[in-house]
Amino acid sequence: MSVLDIKALDVRFANTDGEVAAVSSLSLSVEKGECLGIVGESGSGKSQTFLAAMGLLAPNGRTSGEVMFGDTNLLTADEKTLNDLRGDKLAMIFQDPMTSLTPHMKIGRQLTEVLVRHRGLSATFARDRAIAMLRRVQIPEPERRFNMYPFELSGGLRQRVMIAMALLCGPELIIADEPTTALDVTVQAQILDLIRKAKEELETAVILITHDLGVVAGLADRVGVMYAGRLVELGDVRQIFKAPRHPYTKGLLACTPRLDDATGGTMPTIPGQPPNLQNLPAGCAYHPRCPFIMDRCRVERPPLRPTPTGSLSACFLEGSPS
Amino acid sequence: MTSSSLTSPQDAPAVQGRSLWQDAWRRLLANRAALVSLIVLTLIAIAAVFGPLFLPWSYDQIDWDHVEAMPPDFASGHYFGTDSLGRDLLARTLFGGRISLMVGILATFVALTIGVTVGTVAGYVGGKTDQFLMRFVDLMYSVPLTFFVIILMVFFGRNFILMFLAIGAVEWLTMARIVRGQTLTLRSKEFIEAARASGGSTPAIILRHIVPNVLGVVMVYVTLTIPNVILLESFLSFLGLGVQEPMTSWGMLINDGAAELEINPRTLIIPAAFMTATLFCFNFLGDGLRDALDPKDR
Amino acid sequence: MWSYFARRVAIGIPTLWAVITVCFFLMRLTPGGPFDAEAPVPQEVLNNLRARYHLDDPLWQQYVDYLVNLLRGDFGPSFKYHDFSITTLIAQGLPVSLENGFCALILAIVIGVPLGIAAALAQNTRRDYVISATAMTGIVIPNFIMGQVLILIFGVWLKNSIFHLPAGGWNDGAFANRILPVFCLALPYVAYLVRITRGSMIEAVRANYIRTARAKGLPFRLVVLRHALKSALIPVVTFLGPATAFILTGSMVVETIFQIPGIGRYFVQGALNRDYTLVMAVTILGAALIIAMNLAVDLIYIWLDPRVRYDQQ
Repeated sequence: MSVLDIKALDVRFANTDGEVAAVSSLSLSVEKGECLGIVGESGSGKSQTFLAAMGLLAPNGRTSGEVMFGDTNLLTADEKTLNDLRGDKLAMIFQDPMTSLTPHMKIGRQLTEVLVRHRGLSATFARDRAIAMLRRVQIPEPERRFNMYPFELSGGLRQRVMIAMALLCGPELIIADEPTTALDVTVQAQILDLIRKAKEELETAVILITHDLGVVAGLADRVGVMYAGRLVELGDVRQIFKAPRHPYTKGLLACTPRLDDATGGTMPTIPGQPPNLQNLPAGCAYHPRCPFIMDRCRVERPPLRPTPTGSLSACFLEGSPS
Repeated sequence: MTSSSLTSPQDAPAVQGRSLWQDAWRRLLANRAALVSLIVLTLIAIAAVFGPLFLPWSYDQIDWDHVEAMPPDFASGHYFGTDSLGRDLLARTLFGGRISLMVGILATFVALTIGVTVGTVAGYVGGKTDQFLMRFVDLMYSVPLTFFVIILMVFFGRNFILMFLAIGAVEWLTMARIVRGQTLTLRSKEFIEAARASGGSTPAIILRHIVPNVLGVVMVYVTLTIPNVILLESFLSFLGLGVQEPMTSWGMLINDGAAELEINPRTLIIPAAFMTATLFCFNFLGDGLRDALDPKDR
Repeated sequence: MWSYFARRVAIGIPTLWAVITVCFFLMRLTPGGPFDAEAPVPQEVLNNLRARYHLDDPLWQQYVDYLVNLLRGDFGPSFKYHDFSITTLIAQGLPVSLENGFCALILAIVIGVPLGIAAALAQNTRRDYVISATAMTGIVIPNFIMGQVLILIFGVWLKNSIFHLPAGGWNDGAFANRILPVFCLALPYVAYLVRITRGSMIEAVRANYIRTARAKGLPFRLVVLRHALKSALIPVVTFLGPATAFILTGSMVVETIFQIPGIGRYFVQGALNRDYTLVMAVTILGAALIIAMNLAVDLIYIWLDPRVRYDQQ
């Protein structure tokens, strides 16, 4: 049974020059206890997709399509329904722990208010639960940290607090938006480990948004690759790493540094520039950078289709009778 | 996160050939309130500067046939009527506008010169100089400066030049703070490093590289300072410390008109309407400029 | 935290001293004196007057005397109201001005801050435009016009209705006599507070931690009040310092229009009469008031932003 089911999601932003499509006809679903990695460059629409699902888009954002969470369509649900889900069954961890906690409130209060809101706990109960959760995310001396302000904690500890906050009500789905990007490498591994544990112990579904393929490889069961607001490849994590189908995914993998790279040569890069959403090329958005470009790529947009490996890929190289 | 962060800065081709200023100008014109303000301000300024040349009466000329305040009368050429001394109200309003605008612009220019100098020097040179200058600004902030302007006006007489010098000397503080803040962020930028590395002298770098880059913020602040100065001048006029008769300004006209508010509201309403419209426009224009130069919520 | 506070006090005292010094020498060195106004006075009388007010002492002597007397709370004799010491005049006028200023300040905060928040949360809607435009009107219409108009409406036109309010006078601080002046004093203030609160609230709700708070499922109202309000109030509190100066200036206008015996009116009259000691006393008091207000602002910062407490140690 899928926890989250996205169908034909469009996200657009109105600005002075008209509208920009940040996400276009995106469909995917996440199963119970599964970790889905979403990979893409900044501006590929990966964050906006799930901010839209949470109802946290910027005020000028517009959506269409359907995002089902259980029986609720999150895109059309009213504020009350959304608020009952957010923080309870649906939790989000943000990229920048330095600015994502309210600076003038003690950590403890920021944690307990979730329990008070969703579980109606009294202050003492909430305190005990919050401290227990801080201990669970391996924050040393949780009783002392409980009474501290965010600026008194390091970035790694703050991100642990964010995770504790997300786990407090035992959510069915956690959306982690670049949870490790702002952190030191050593801390990154610990944070990912925490998310993995949460997923295994609580059977929580996790959506892991990142631009770092390494992060995905360690944690995700399936991977979706996004380019210019569209899903270009979706499949099992091993298949995608072993046999990527879409040229963009191939490019991304080729750019990932490998320790066992014996060639010692220069780092490959994807030629050309990331797409400008205000002015997308016709046809396949990746065609100006694609080494396998064909004539029809310039005019026609390839649909997401099954491939022999079981992945889905949006490329005309698939299934072309050659 | 808005859409602007979705487009990467490398997408030069799409926005090619649009400089920062052209871009800001385009956004300013798209802002209806700012555009209307700009037009109205231009009209008022043109009327104040050239209008008196085309009127049958001059601002200090008494029409002995109409020494009582008279309602608008086209036959005698008093389009807005006359004041209680029989002087043409339109001519006086336009002439007063000339003085008010002039005080506003000159005093703001004084504030601009001091503020930008202090701000850029403090921000760029840093260290002890910065500390000293900013301490001084802090100190000045806790002084009731309007009191000093009044004291100066009383003791040195009601002098037009002194007035805008004094007001300018009061209004530069905020400008200095803002410019310093901007300069501090600029100082660490690569192009300043480059200029320094290639042996540019401090004054040259400040003039050639810092000043042009703080101009945007300064312009916003200038647009918001001018109406403040016009208000301050009208306040001085209210206390009887403004420009001297028969010269006049909007503040003085309003003050004269206020005295006759009950019997002759027209003499208050007309200059007050001109002044208020001008202040409104400057404020809207300033807000519009700020939005245009800082397109955060585009 | 206390060392931080002590340091702010330590900055305030030299500031006050600098104001006193500049003021003193400005007064003494400007051409014209308090006694050369009307008809020419015989030289002998003038000399007597100068001797009585110690104006024939050397300048540094006068300066030291003035400072010493000031420390004793003595602002010296008035040059114009010969029978009064400045201290007596101030003792009468200051409470009146302070009461009015304080009432205006409270009124402005109570009206301005909620309106600013309301405008910010409805950014770019009709409600926002109406509130912002009204606030702009409050800023661009000088309070000496506003005062006259209020007098015309409530003092003259509504003379025979229940809404009639006294057009002026103090009447020992009767409630009816306070309404118009306090309102008039508060109005530009309300306008500034609306603008400042609106801007800072718009900024505050854009912060990342507001998104976090919303992701917790807190109702939007609670998010605003609990998570955004404190940081939105920082610029509002910062404004309180300069606002004191505005209130002082405003009291000159309002007390003159409504004929209220406060220090604002004393200052205006003192300045026009060249009553040195009176003008100086009010200026010094004004500076002291602004400095005190800035100190209060620093204390409120500590409450609003806990980081201040620690940064300064």
